[in-house]
Amino acid sequence: MENITPQLYTLLVFMVVGSVVAIETRNLLSAVISVSAVGFALSVAFLFLGAPDIAITQLVVEVLVLVILIRGTILIDNTAIESHRDTLAVVTSLIFFGLVLGFGAMIFGGAGFPEFGEPLMRVSKVYVQTGLPATHAANIVTAIILDFRAYDTLGEATVLFTSILGALALMRREGKTTRREVATA
Amino acid sequence: MKGMTLIVRTITDFVVGFIVVFGAYIVLYGHLTPGGGFAGGVIIACAFILLMLAHGKDVAFSKLGQHTAHVLDSAGALTFLLIGWIGLTAGYFFMNVFGRGEPFRLLSSGMILPANIAIAFKVGSSLFLVFAALATFRRKSFRAIIEDELT
Repeated sequence: MENITPQLYTLLVFMVVGSVVAIETRNLLSAVISVSAVGFALSVAFLFLGAPDIAITQLVVEVLVLVILIRGTILIDNTAIESHRDTLAVVTSLIFFGLVLGFGAMIFGGAGFPEFGEPLMRVSKVYVQTGLPATHAANIVTAIILDFRAYDTLGEATVLFTSILGALALMRREGKTTRREVATA
Repeated sequence: MKGMTLIVRTITDFVVGFIVVFGAYIVLYGHLTPGGGFAGGVIIACAFILLMLAHGKDVAFSKLGQHTAHVLDSAGALTFLLIGWIGLTAGYFFMNVFGRGEPFRLLSSGMILPANIAIAFKVGSSLFLVFAALATFRRKSFRAIIEDELT
């Protein structure tokens, strides 16, 4: 595996800049587009890391979310509401920035991470070794998410189902009535 | 929503079938190549959303009605649960009881293929419903809501 760290760092810097632009920009549509740029860069990062399944899903969901968000923001009046800076938000960001720097110093100064791409794979080693013989699925990712960890996938499907249910219930403005109720009213 | 210009509508008519076919390929070959039920379902939902953006919501609802989408959404979720229960009758939840077949064939790997198809129906129709909800329900501006509250 060739060294991909420079490409990953470039993408990482791009994503950080995109996130900051998305937060700081005044125009809502520019913020939406910046968020989508971050998502597409993440998809490219997944491709570099050798995870095409996640890259495809990320790309496709990103396209859909971009369309939905643009559809949602393009009609409304998108002027900036607040002009003063929230002190609490600045303080919280600075604290988190300091925490990240501190942990980074601890890790890189002390024992350090395991080698990039070679973590301690106890459970996943078993999955990788027995994936093909146990499930006969050529794509190991699908074998894991739909056979070894299918229970997790069921939970994920339930989360999606429930959130769609909630969104539809919230967006429906007028209540449902039956034909009989309309006739008697 | 009224729809877009003639150019967009013509290109949409050319492209939309290929998008659905590509989504079906991503779903059906999910256990052989990268992809799977989630990604393929979203691609198929994107095809219908493109139809709705280009032609307006009436054409899109004539292809996939809102009631049908509701039924497909619930049916996909229930099918996935049913696959888990079939495994439970033989041993444990989500046990791979179907015939596994030869590796690298389309009909292989037992329950993974039907589970992919169920998830594709579930994800695709529910994401289409989200966009349909945005397009259908009458949106009031924020100011109008506040004025209604005040008067």
